[in-house]
Amino acid sequence: MRTPLLFRTLALFDTTGWIATGLFVAIMLVLLPLLHLALPEQSPFYVSSYVIALLGKILCYAIVAVAMDLIWGYGGILSLGHGVFFALGGYAFGMYLMRAIGHDGVYQSDLADFMVFLDWKAYPWYWSGTEYILWSLVLVVAVPAFLAITFGFFAFRSRIKGVYFSIITQAMTYAFMLLFFRNETGFGGNNGFTDFKRILGIPITSPGMRVGLFMLSGLTLLMTLLLCRYLVTSKFGRVLTAIRDAESRVMFLGYNPLWYKLTAWTISAVLCGIAGALYVPQVGIINPSEMSPANSIEIAIWVAVGGRATLWGPVLGAFIVNLAKSYFSVAFPDYWLFFLGSLFVVVTLFLPDGVLGLWKRLRSRVRRRT
Amino acid sequence: MMTKFLMLLMLLGGSLMAGATLDAALIHTLANGESDEKIRAIQDLGALATPEAVLVLKSLSDDALFVDGEHVFYLNGDQAIDAVTGLALTPIPESSDNVVINNRVRSELNTALSSLKLFDPKPSVRRKAAEALLNDVSPDMLPVLTKAVAQETDAGIRELLLLAVAQINLGSPEASLRLSAVQALENSSSPNARNLLTILLDPAHEPVEAVRRAAQASLKSVDNRLALSDALARIFSGISLGSILMLAALGLAITYGVMGVINMAHGELLMVGAYATYVTQGWFRLHWPQALEGYVLAAIPVAFLSAALVGVILERTVIRWLYGRPLETLLATWGLSLGLIQCARLMFGAQNVELTNPSWMSGRVALPWGLSLPWNRIDIILFSLFVLALVWVLMNKTRLGLFVRAVTQNRAMAGCMGVPTGLIDTVAFGLGAGIAGLGGVALSQISNVGPDMGQGYIVDSFMVVVLGGVGQLAGAVWAALGLGILSKFLEGWVGAVIAKIILLVFVIIFIQRRPQGLFALKGRFVDN
Repeated sequence: MRTPLLFRTLALFDTTGWIATGLFVAIMLVLLPLLHLALPEQSPFYVSSYVIALLGKILCYAIVAVAMDLIWGYGGILSLGHGVFFALGGYAFGMYLMRAIGHDGVYQSDLADFMVFLDWKAYPWYWSGTEYILWSLVLVVAVPAFLAITFGFFAFRSRIKGVYFSIITQAMTYAFMLLFFRNETGFGGNNGFTDFKRILGIPITSPGMRVGLFMLSGLTLLMTLLLCRYLVTSKFGRVLTAIRDAESRVMFLGYNPLWYKLTAWTISAVLCGIAGALYVPQVGIINPSEMSPANSIEIAIWVAVGGRATLWGPVLGAFIVNLAKSYFSVAFPDYWLFFLGSLFVVVTLFLPDGVLGLWKRLRSRVRRRT
Repeated sequence: MMTKFLMLLMLLGGSLMAGATLDAALIHTLANGESDEKIRAIQDLGALATPEAVLVLKSLSDDALFVDGEHVFYLNGDQAIDAVTGLALTPIPESSDNVVINNRVRSELNTALSSLKLFDPKPSVRRKAAEALLNDVSPDMLPVLTKAVAQETDAGIRELLLLAVAQINLGSPEASLRLSAVQALENSSSPNARNLLTILLDPAHEPVEAVRRAAQASLKSVDNRLALSDALARIFSGISLGSILMLAALGLAITYGVMGVINMAHGELLMVGAYATYVTQGWFRLHWPQALEGYVLAAIPVAFLSAALVGVILERTVIRWLYGRPLETLLATWGLSLGLIQCARLMFGAQNVELTNPSWMSGRVALPWGLSLPWNRIDIILFSLFVLALVWVLMNKTRLGLFVRAVTQNRAMAGCMGVPTGLIDTVAFGLGAGIAGLGGVALSQISNVGPDMGQGYIVDSFMVVVLGGVGQLAGAVWAALGLGILSKFLEGWVGAVIAKIILLVFVIIFIQRRPQGLFALKGRFVDN
């Protein structure tokens, strides 16, 4: 007997979950865009474009955090290389953004500025077709998916797991970072892509485009949450969780963990790629440092702070950590690393279930007393 | 260095002063002539190559040659020495001008002075000058060189000089001279000789068939020698890199073997060791400057203890509580590493700090086949062997080592047999950290010491541990050497970045094939 999709969707969250979703939609998709677009700048409730850009960036991070939660919280696979999927998605869309600059670059050439600088005469083959936004959107999904499938297939087939897997993902992102740092790779070397002008002819700095991208990020986050929630409440998700808890037993029951892990891994990678594509136009730059191992590890801490295997927790974690980061790097730049470092230690030692876990514990304690 | 050289020459000059005089006309041209005349005088003096001539040229180069009417003189202490006679002038002339030279003359002067080093009394200076010549020799040095060959007593240096002469003779118009030069160059191992020989292969340049054939033969032997010395140099730098990797990985292998915990702060323990070396150097500079040369030796125990202390503190406060949760440990130790980096940045500044190699670690040693190896690298290889021996003895010959190995193999069983596993964990962690500190001492002598220095080593040293097999010292050693040599050879073919990428891919593929590493522990294990 199949459950109708509507019921299935409604059953994704409990009441609190739907209230949270409703709040999220109301604030991110309605309230903030309205406050930014409709109010005059002098109004005390006006939301500046700085705030929109910052929150838009964090929304993209939150998508990554949810994707990470799918694979780590539910699959038990800690990836220290998710930054590479994020950056590849960003680069794939960045290629379109670079082509859309047209003749408005510093050298007023058909080619991207860095290629003129390298004295290249034509776009390399892998740039072909990127002047069409659709093809670059295909790449945004296909490139991370391809990398995830090849890497994941070999890794999961030989049953690499635990810290081994974590470290080789770190090695992978490190290798990619080195590769993209080279000028000859054809992605702008150190500087990466920047100075974007427009998407589909609309200037990238116009308020409309800014809010549009912001809302698109919010929407994507919402869809990501629903999708992941759907996955983990399905039979697929149950098997995935079972693999996390006792892989050998699942195998004895006749399941092949390879496909479950690989599917979750690939979906997670693609979500990261999409987040990267949304991130680049909002931040206005993509460079290889996005692939640095440190960045990828930070993703894990967003998830850990929010609470693993909760999906909403990572969203919360991404907001907490990144808002703290923007606050600290202005107010006490010297102490940000101390804060981040102690966050890693405190969360793993004292908050194994993150902020959401803490909240639940407190609530149940209060209830028991009454 | 230069002043020492000058003093020596002066001493030598002093003993000969009475007899040897220089041509007065020449000296006066040098002092008062036009630039072109000066150049000619410099060349003539250079060709003389006597100590007096050197002194005069040297003072000219230091702007310390003076002219006063008929006397040309330079200063030696508070004496004025006449450039022509080499005798002290009394009284010291009152009004004098120093001899001014322009840049063209100065560059000519430098060439002359550097070729005059060929006549230095110290063989090491002569050898260095001859070696430098081999890579940059010009035909107008022929007279000087012939003279140097005639005077040279050291056979090795003579050989080098003859090679230089041969390089000049390659351009001679006489076919027989060219032929003998080509044959002499067979023993050369300089890239410059190789280029010259290559030109001779072209019939447009070299009309005589026999010379061309000889050139072909010589070229082949030069190429062989160059290839050999290149390969040897690469193997050496590979071993050197491998020994660094080994120092970084040994500690990690112990902690990972015993506790199954990846310590992401391991690189920062290297950094602690390096900064400990820096602090030791500072202490010596302040309190015991006579013994500054020995600071590296004193730094060894300091670095070991400070890194071990940091390690024990980390283990007792954080890592201990995370046993059985390896992924969380990964994150927590990463957090610790961030904290340590920031500590270093606040304490010592974000810039790299400066460490000086003691004199017994600087300089190079020349070996046959055109190899010359830096002392600091050799010392580090020896040092890593020493550390390896120490660890081996500790792990295999002591009771502590027995306990550590027991816990590595089967923690529960070891505990049942009365091994204090908790204490062993702490000690093993401290030991691993201390070894990382020793690695830091080695690193401080060859690379920059800065807050971020440890970051690059965690992936590399983990690769070594994984490749070698967990908890296997022998595996770590072979894996480190193998990765070191392989990466140096790859660097030669495809460049550093691609080499790194290839290695990472190689290790990733390797883990797929043999997840237990090269030297897997034999036995039956149950995962999770």
